[in-house]
Amino acid sequence: MEIKSSLNKISLYRRKITNVIMLSLSFLSALLALVPLIFVFYYTISKGIAHLDLNFFTKLPTPIGEPGGGMVNAIVGTLILVGIGGAIGIPVGILSGTYLSEFGHNKFGSLVRFLTDVLSGVPSIVVGVVAYTLVVLPMKHFSAFAGGVALAILMIPTITRTTEEMIKLVPQSYREAGLALGIPKWKTTVLIILKTAWKGIATGILLGLSRAAGETAPLLFTALGNRFWSTNVFQPMASLTVYIYEYSTAPFKDWNDQAWTAALVLILLISVLSLIFRIITRSKYKV
Amino acid sequence: MTVEIDTQNLTQTHVKHHAEEVNQIKISVKNLEAYFGKNKVLKNISLDIPERKVVAIIGPSGCGKSTFLRCINRMHEVVGGKITGSITLDGENIMDTDPVLIRTKIGMVFQKPNPFPTMSIANNVVAGLKLNGFRNRKKLKEIVEKSLKQVALWDEVKDNLNDSGANISGGQQQRLCIARTIAVNPEVILMDEPASALDPISTTKIEELIFELKKEYTIVIVTHNMQQAARVSDYTAFFYMGELIEYSETKKMFVAPEKKQTEDYITGRFG
Repeated sequence: MEIKSSLNKISLYRRKITNVIMLSLSFLSALLALVPLIFVFYYTISKGIAHLDLNFFTKLPTPIGEPGGGMVNAIVGTLILVGIGGAIGIPVGILSGTYLSEFGHNKFGSLVRFLTDVLSGVPSIVVGVVAYTLVVLPMKHFSAFAGGVALAILMIPTITRTTEEMIKLVPQSYREAGLALGIPKWKTTVLIILKTAWKGIATGILLGLSRAAGETAPLLFTALGNRFWSTNVFQPMASLTVYIYEYSTAPFKDWNDQAWTAALVLILLISVLSLIFRIITRSKYKV
Repeated sequence: MTVEIDTQNLTQTHVKHHAEEVNQIKISVKNLEAYFGKNKVLKNISLDIPERKVVAIIGPSGCGKSTFLRCINRMHEVVGGKITGSITLDGENIMDTDPVLIRTKIGMVFQKPNPFPTMSIANNVVAGLKLNGFRNRKKLKEIVEKSLKQVALWDEVKDNLNDSGANISGGQQQRLCIARTIAVNPEVILMDEPASALDPISTTKIEELIFELKKEYTIVIVTHNMQQAARVSDYTAFFYMGELIEYSETKKMFVAPEKKQTEDYITGRFG
C-alpha cells in the first residue's frame, strides 16, 4: 500500500509538471504566432503614417520630386479589380459549392472537388500568366477586366469549398422540414439552406476577397498598372499592390515612403471590408 | 400460414367496412414493399386509412414504422429509397403525381422539433406558403393567427411573433411545427413520434391537439408509446420486422388482440 501510494505521488507530480510545461509552450507558441502580425502593424503604421493624408486619397501620383501626390487611382483601382473578381468569382463559387453539397455525391462531384483543391494550390503568378493568355492576348490589351478574371480564378476555390462545408453543416432536419411542406428542392436549398448557412458562406467570401485584394503577381500581366486616372474596365488599371511593388523597389526615397503608406492603406482597406462583413452577417435575433 | 393471411384480410375488410359506414378511405396502401438499396425494409403492407380518423402505427424499433410513414408523403425517395406496390390518395396513385404537390396535401411532423432558425415565429408558421410565392400579407397574418390558435400556441407567443422560431421551449417548438404543417392546409397529417422528445405536460398538450385536429384532418401517427396509441387513435397497426402483423380498431386491439405477437408486444413481453 505504501509503495503504491508513493508511486502515485511521483507520477502525479510528473504529470503536473508536464501539464505546466505543455501549457506554457502552447501559450508561448500562440504569442509567437502573433509576432509577425505585430511587426506588420508596427512597421506599416510607423513608416506609413507620414504620408497618410487627404492628398493620398484624392490626388494622382506626381512626377518624382514633386510633393503632394497621392494614390487615388490605385485605391480605386484595387476596389474595381476586387469588385470585378468578386462579380465573377462569388456567384460561381457559391453555386458550385451548393451543387457539390446538395447534388455532388457522385463521380462528377468528386472530380470537381478534387480539381477545386488542385486549383487552390496553383501559384498566383501562374494564374496571372493564364489570364494573360486567355484575356489579354485575344483582347490585345492589358485591362482591368483581365485582372478581375485572374482574381476571380484565385477566389473561386476558397469560396466553393467554404460554401460546401457550411452547407453540409446545416442539419438534414431543416431540409426535410422544407421538403415535407411541399417546397420544391431548389427553393428549399436557396431559401432555407443557404439562408441558414449564410454567415459561414460570407466568411468564405470575405477570405476570398481579402486574398484577391492582396495579390500582386497576377495583376502584373493583366491589369498592368496605370499612372493616370482611369475607371475604364477595358484599359490597364492601377492597384495598390502593384504600386507597392514598384515604389518599394524604386531608387527614390519619396517613393519608398509612399509604398509604406500604400501598404498601410491596403491593410486598412481589408480591415474595413472585414468589419463591413461582420456587421452584415450579425444575427438579427438576440441569442 | 393460410390462417394468418385470412385473418389479415378479415381485419382489412373489417376496417374497410367500418370505415365506409362512416367515412371514406383517404389513403389506400396495397402490397407496398420498400427498399433501401437491396434491403427490403417493408414487406407486402396493405392497409386502408379512413378519412378524419387517427391511425396509430406501433411496433419495436427498426420495424419499419417511420419508413412506412415516409413512403406515404414520398419522403422515402429523398434518401434514395424505392418502393413497389401502390399507395393511393383519394383514389389517385401518389407515384403518378408530382411529389411536391403530394407534400402540400400530406404534411409531416417530425420527432425532433425543427423550426427554421433563421425565421421568426410568424414566418415559420407560413413558411410553406410564403416560400411558395404566396404574398398577400393580410391573409398571411390571418393564417398565422388561425394556425397558432389551432395548436393552442397563440396566447403564449402572440407578443413575440417576430422572435426567432428557435427561441421557444421544445414543446412550443413542436406545436409551432404542427402549426406550420397545418398552415399549408393539408388533408392528411403524418406524425413521426411527435411527442417522444417532449416532457409529459407537452406530450399531453400534443395529444389533446390531435383530438382537435382529427375533426378536420386525417392523421397517421407513429409512436412507440403504446399508452399514447391507446389514448389517441381510432385504429392501430402493429408492425414487426417490416411486416404488418395486425390492424384493427384500437379499442379491440388493446383489449383482445388477435395475434400472439401483438399480445406479446402490447403486454411488454418484448420490444
